[in-house]
Amino acid sequence: MSNKFIGQSIKRVEDKRFITGKGRYTDDIVLPGMLHAHFVRSPYAHARVVSIDMTEAKAMPGVIAIYTGDDVADINGVPCGWQVNFRNGETMREPKHPMLIPTGSTAKHAGDAVAIVIAETKAIATDAAESVMVEWDELPAVANPAEALKPGAPKVHEQFPDNTAFDWSLGNPIEEVDAAMAAAAHVTTLEFVNQRVVPNAMEPRAYIGAYDEMADKYTLYTSTQNPHLIRLLMCAFVLGIPEHKVRVVGPDVGGGFGSKIYHYTEEALVTWASKQIGQPVKWTSDRSEAFLLDAHGRDHVTKAEMGFDADGNVMGLRIKTVANMGAYLSTFAPAVPTYLHGTLLQGLYVTPKINIDMTCVFTHTVAVDAYRGAGRPEATYLLERLMDLAALEMGMDPAELRFKNFIPKFDGVNEPGYQTQVALQYDSGDYAPVLERGLEMLGYNDFRAAQQEAAKTNKLLGVGFSTYVEACGIAPSAVVGALGARAGLYESAQVRVQPTGKVSVFTGSHSHGQGHETTFVQVVADKLGIPMEDVELVHGDSDTVAFGMGTYGSRSLAVGGSAIMKSIDKVLEKGAKIAAHKLECAEGDLTYDEGKWTVKGTDKSIGFGDVALTAYVPHVYPAGLEPGLDFSSFYDPANFTYPFGCHIAVVEVDKETGKTTLKRMIAVDDVGNVINPMIVDGQIHGGLAQGIGQAMFEGTIYDENAQLTNGTYMDYCMPRADDLPLFETDRRTTPCPHNPLGVKGAGEAGAIGSTPAVVNAVIDALWSGGHQVKDILMPMTPERVWRAMNN
Amino acid sequence: MQVNLTVNGKVRQADLEDRTLLVDFLRDNLRLTGTHVGCDTSSCGSCTVHVDGVAVKSCTLLAAQADGCTVTTIEGLAQFNANGTIGQLHPLQEGFKECHGLQCGFCTPGMIMTAADLLSRQRNPSEHDIREALEGNICRCTGYHNIVKAIQWAADHTPAPLLADHHVWTNEPTTEPAAV
Repeated sequence: MSNKFIGQSIKRVEDKRFITGKGRYTDDIVLPGMLHAHFVRSPYAHARVVSIDMTEAKAMPGVIAIYTGDDVADINGVPCGWQVNFRNGETMREPKHPMLIPTGSTAKHAGDAVAIVIAETKAIATDAAESVMVEWDELPAVANPAEALKPGAPKVHEQFPDNTAFDWSLGNPIEEVDAAMAAAAHVTTLEFVNQRVVPNAMEPRAYIGAYDEMADKYTLYTSTQNPHLIRLLMCAFVLGIPEHKVRVVGPDVGGGFGSKIYHYTEEALVTWASKQIGQPVKWTSDRSEAFLLDAHGRDHVTKAEMGFDADGNVMGLRIKTVANMGAYLSTFAPAVPTYLHGTLLQGLYVTPKINIDMTCVFTHTVAVDAYRGAGRPEATYLLERLMDLAALEMGMDPAELRFKNFIPKFDGVNEPGYQTQVALQYDSGDYAPVLERGLEMLGYNDFRAAQQEAAKTNKLLGVGFSTYVEACGIAPSAVVGALGARAGLYESAQVRVQPTGKVSVFTGSHSHGQGHETTFVQVVADKLGIPMEDVELVHGDSDTVAFGMGTYGSRSLAVGGSAIMKSIDKVLEKGAKIAAHKLECAEGDLTYDEGKWTVKGTDKSIGFGDVALTAYVPHVYPAGLEPGLDFSSFYDPANFTYPFGCHIAVVEVDKETGKTTLKRMIAVDDVGNVINPMIVDGQIHGGLAQGIGQAMFEGTIYDENAQLTNGTYMDYCMPRADDLPLFETDRRTTPCPHNPLGVKGAGEAGAIGSTPAVVNAVIDALWSGGHQVKDILMPMTPERVWRAMNN
Repeated sequence: MQVNLTVNGKVRQADLEDRTLLVDFLRDNLRLTGTHVGCDTSSCGSCTVHVDGVAVKSCTLLAAQADGCTVTTIEGLAQFNANGTIGQLHPLQEGFKECHGLQCGFCTPGMIMTAADLLSRQRNPSEHDIREALEGNICRCTGYHNIVKAIQWAADHTPAPLLADHHVWTNEPTTEPAAV
C-alpha cells in the first residue's frame, strides 16, 4: 500500500459542481409532467378536525387532486425504528404518525397535515391549499415536558393519559448510588434545561415521487441522509410495496445534522400520489415548515448531582431527567435520550457509581430525534457543567479536578478497553494529553492573571472547560439489536474494478457535505496504489448501490470505510491469483505495492490494470477462477468507536449589558487516524458553531398554546459569521483498535464538547466578578446573563 | 407581464405572472438552479445574485423589478471559453475550494456572490470586515471559519483583470490571459 493520499489535505473533488452552481439538489430536479404539492396544515398545536371543505379549491384551474385523511386511510402511519421498554418491561407506547389527520381526529402538533393539494404549479398548489376550508376545534396543548407529566396536563394521546412514552434507567443500582452520594464530602447539584434546538440544514427538505406504469416502478428523489433506510421503511412499513419496485435517490443534499435521517410522511405521500395521478409530484418545504416539521434536537429537563470525596475524587453521579419526545416517536427517537445518552455518563472519569433515571414524554410538539451528537451532547453537557461548577464550589482548579479523575490511558490492544458503569466498553483512550494541549494553547497561567485584571473593569473574562468522550461508528448490530434497534447498523461497499483498471466504488454511506467523494477515494487510491483520478465514488441511489444504512452518528468512514477496505482486500486477493498465474509464480512469492504485483527479489511484475484486463479477458487465466474483479462486502463493527477531546472557551462578559462575546474557542480532538485533515478540521469547525449556537443563540420558544413563536430566521437566532471567532484547533491521535483504518469519526465532536465549555466560561466570568451563580438558561442572551448578575 | 433582462451576458425575455420572484424566474424559467432558496424571510442569503453589479437577495425582488437590469448568478461568475466551457474560475470560486470554504454547498453560491460584492468595494478586507459583510448569509456547515479564509485567499489572489471597474469576469473573449 502506498501512502500518497491518506493523511493529506487533498482539495475536495466534489467542490467543482458546488462552486459553479451545478450542484443537483432535489428541488433542482424537474421531471417531465411534474406536478407540485402543497399541504394544508394545522394552525394549532392540538385541535380536532371538524370538517374539511375543498369545494372552492377543487374548482380552481390547474388543481389536479386533493387528498385528505380518508383517501389515505389504507396507508400505515410512520413507524419508529427503535424500541425501548419501560422499566417494568412494558413495551414503549408507539402511536404511529398518520399520513394526514382525518376528519374527527386531532392534529397533535402545529403543522400536522390534513390535506395534500397537487397542482400544475407551486403557486396554484399554494393558492388552492389556502382555499381549503378546515373547521377546527382547538384543544388545550402542552409543549414543556415537565409540565406534560403533571396531573391534569392536556393529553397528547387519549389512550396514554400520563403522557409517558416510556421510562428507563441505567447504571448501578440506585441504592448503591444513593449510598455513594450520602458518603460524599461534597455534592454539586445542578438543575437545568438542555433546551430544544432546530437542526436547520440549509437545504429545506424536498421530495419528488414518480411512478412508471410500464415498469410498475416508483422513484423517490429525497433530501435524505440514508436512501436505503427510507426505501426499507417506506416500502415495508408504510406503503406496503415491494422494495425491488422502488428506487430511492438521495442526490446532492444540503446538510442534514440528523434531521434528514428520518422517514417523513411527505416522502410516502408524494410517492403514493404519483401513482394515483400518473405524473411525478414534487414537494419542497419552505423554511417555516422546516421549523415546524423537521425533527428537533435535545429538550431535556434535568437534575444532576455529582458527589466528591474531600480530595476531589468523584464518588457518584445521580441523574434524573425528563426528555421531550414530541407528539410521535420519530425513527431513532427512543434511542437518543437512552442508549446514546445514559451510556455516555461515565465521561472521561473513573466515577464508581452512576445511575440515570429517565422519563420520556409526549407533548404537542414536533418529534425530537437525533440532532448532531444525539444524546451525547446532553450527557457531555451535564457532566462538564458539573465538573466546572464543582471546581468553583470546592475552590479547586477545574483542569486539576479533571486530571485527578481521568480514566488512565488504555490503547485497547496491550491494555483492555475500559468497561464503564453504564454498559459501554471504551475502545481506546488517552485523555490527559488533549487537556494538556488545550491548556498550552490557552496559556492557562497567564489567563488567570488576565482574568483578575479584567475583574476590575467592566468586561469580565471567563474560561470554560469541557473534556468529552462520545460513542461513534454506529453501530455493532448485535449490540444495538439487544438494545432495541429494529435495524442492523452495518454498512455495505462494492469495489468494481473495470476492465481498464479504473475503479468504481459503491457505498451505502451518503455524503451531504462530509466530502466522501474525496476522503473515500483517497483511501481506495492509496490501498490500490493508483491515482485518485482512476477512482470514482458512487453513493445515494438504491438502484446502483446494493444496500446501505447511510450517514449519521459519525459512522461513514469508521463503518462504511471499513466495508470498502474489506472489498479492497478481496480485490487484491483475487488479483494476486491472476498475477501469480500470469507471472508463473506462487501467490506467496508476490508483493503488492504502487499498483503492481512483483515477484519478490526480481524485477518481474504485472500492473493492476493488466490484472484487471485479464480478469475480464480471461484467456490466460487460473483454472477454476471466476472471471471479473468486482467485490461486495458488508462490515458490521465490533464495537462503537470512542473519540474524545478537550474544548475550551474564553468569553468576555459586559457587566453593564450582560452581552457575552466569545473571544476564543480552542478544540483539541482525538478522532483516531485522520484521512483528510482539512475535511476533519472543517467538520470540527461546523460542530463547534452548532454547539456554540446552542449555548449562546439558539432555542425554540413555545407559547402557552404550544405554538412555536420563533419559527423563522427573523426570530430564531442562528449563529452568523460576525458572532464567532476563528477557531483554534489541534489534534491528538489514538487509533481505533478495532477497524482497519483506525478511524473513530469526527462529524459530531465539535457539537458535543463546545456547548458546556461556553456556558462554563460565562459562569466562570461571573464568579470572577463575585456573582456565584450556578446556572444560566441557554441560550445565554444578554438579558439572562445580566439578570444572573443582578438577581 | 413581460420582463426583459440580461442574465449572465444573455438577453432573456419572459412573460411572467406579476408576483414571480426573481429567484423563481432564475430557477424555474432559466433553470439556473445554482441560486438557492433557504428561507422565506430574506434572512439566509442562499439566493444572493448580482443585479447591476450589486449583491441582492433574489427572493426579495420581483422579477419585474429587475426588468432592464443586468443579473449575474453563480453560473455566470467564471470566465468562459468561446465554446462555453469554464476557462478560469473566479478567485472566490478558487478560494472556496482551496480553503475548504464549503461542505454541503447549499449556501455557497450566495456566500460567493456576497463576497464578490464585498471585494468589489474593498480590495483587502480585514477578518472583521468579512464577517460583517457575511452577516446576511447563513451557513450551517462550516462555522464560517474557512469561508473567512476563502475570501481572504481570494482577496490575495485577485488578478489584474478583476481590479478594474467590474468585479466579475467579462464573459467576452479576452486577449490577455489572467495571471493568478
